Amino acid sequence: MSLAHRIIPCLDTDATRVVKGVNFVGLRDAGDPAELAARYDAEGADELVVLDIAAARDHRPTFLETIRRVAAELAIPLTAGGGIRSLDDARAVIRAGADKVTVNTAAVERPALLSELSAEFGAQAVVIAIDTKLKADAQGAPYWDVMVRGGRDSASKDVIEWAQRAVECGAGEILVTSVDRDGTQLGFDIPLTYAIAKAVNVPVIASGGAKLPQHFADIFREGRADAALAASIFHDNIQSIRELKQFLAAQNIEVRYPC
Amino acid sequence: MTVTLLDYGAGNVPSVQRALQRLGINSERATTPQQIAAAKILILPGVGHYAALIRALDENSLRAPLLEKINAGTPFLGICLGLQALFSSSDEAPDLPGLNIFPGRVMTLPRTAKLPHMGWNTLQLQKESPLLDGVSSKDFFYFAHSYAATPADGQSNSPVIATSHHGATFIAVLEDKNICGVQFHPEKSGAPGARLLANFLRRTA
Repeated sequence: MSLAHRIIPCLDTDATRVVKGVNFVGLRDAGDPAELAARYDAEGADELVVLDIAAARDHRPTFLETIRRVAAELAIPLTAGGGIRSLDDARAVIRAGADKVTVNTAAVERPALLSELSAEFGAQAVVIAIDTKLKADAQGAPYWDVMVRGGRDSASKDVIEWAQRAVECGAGEILVTSVDRDGTQLGFDIPLTYAIAKAVNVPVIASGGAKLPQHFADIFREGRADAALAASIFHDNIQSIRELKQFLAAQNIEVRYPC
Repeated sequence: MTVTLLDYGAGNVPSVQRALQRLGINSERATTPQQIAAAKILILPGVGHYAALIRALDENSLRAPLLEKINAGTPFLGICLGLQALFSSSDEAPDLPGLNIFPGRVMTLPRTAKLPHMGWNTLQLQKESPLLDGVSSKDFFYFAHSYAATPADGQSNSPVIATSHHGATFIAVLEDKNICGVQFHPEKSGAPGARLLANFLRRTA
């Protein structure tokens, strides 16, 4: 009888189709977002994230239509993001059927965006997405640097400080992606997730590096994550959500199972 | 059967419409006092800030017709903020009066737990009710809130049907004659959520 740890599949889209690829290079088609959404809902996903990774301005109406199609398939919450820079952008996404919006670069550039979104939709609808990479400072001491624009550019910001600031501004949840682990399938970044979960009092979603069921068990137990997000391992049927939850339940980790 | 959804601009109205559609139920949105007065079954979906809901009710002159319908026995379901609005006031906006159908103040959940209370949680069933037919204490429902109503101690005829726990015990489901409320989002709670909505509609028949 406590809050279940959430498993969240993520659909990276080019506004229309689910795509896979690293840093926009060699994008491969991975399916129809609405079809995948229906499948994940049926398999026991606790939530779904759909992102417009290109976030080109002229694709906006197309992406909103994709959100509508995805939302129509779901009886679970939906988070949408990619290219949300203003209250109007967020409003459009929520009206299209998203329950929460996720913002990244735009909030780093203008943290007040988080306060505006939170005042209008409530903190529970505002997810701050943080991409981060381990670096060494001038003295050679390690720290996690915030990365923007799809993880390509450094924002020269300490991830812990940014996470705390974002929560003060009104973010109700943190989606933290380890750029170092993303795509490696070596497992989530436990020290990073733990450090953030300890520093803030809002739910933390871990992302980047998942492959094995044990990776999820580790990030919940040792990383103190409230939720874990993955993409290709679900799209490629490397891991079924149902079996993953069965595995976690057998390890006495609280999950929504059977579902 | 057509269900009227009070649409004050909350984001979850389309989700509730879709959830009803999956049950084969038509719904229409109401934004005016006349539309509320004509309702046979009323749902108040709510999400976001308490002040936004209360202000919208008052600025659009919806408070009086809504109270009139509820007092006249029209089946009513408040979702999330829609449940919180049934109480006298809320710490989220202490100056704005609630619908005051139930006494008490909606309070913030304790900071000892992570806030918002976001995700899937179970219910502790307190009382038999047709609203929870087929629902067990093992079923998970989706919550997304930082404020909650707490059950009054030793109240006779308590409307509390089920509680949940996150830092504190709070009201998850309440029912008093025609008035029902749920703190979670049945429209986002998979099969158990659909069951609750179906139970609510069945008891209105």
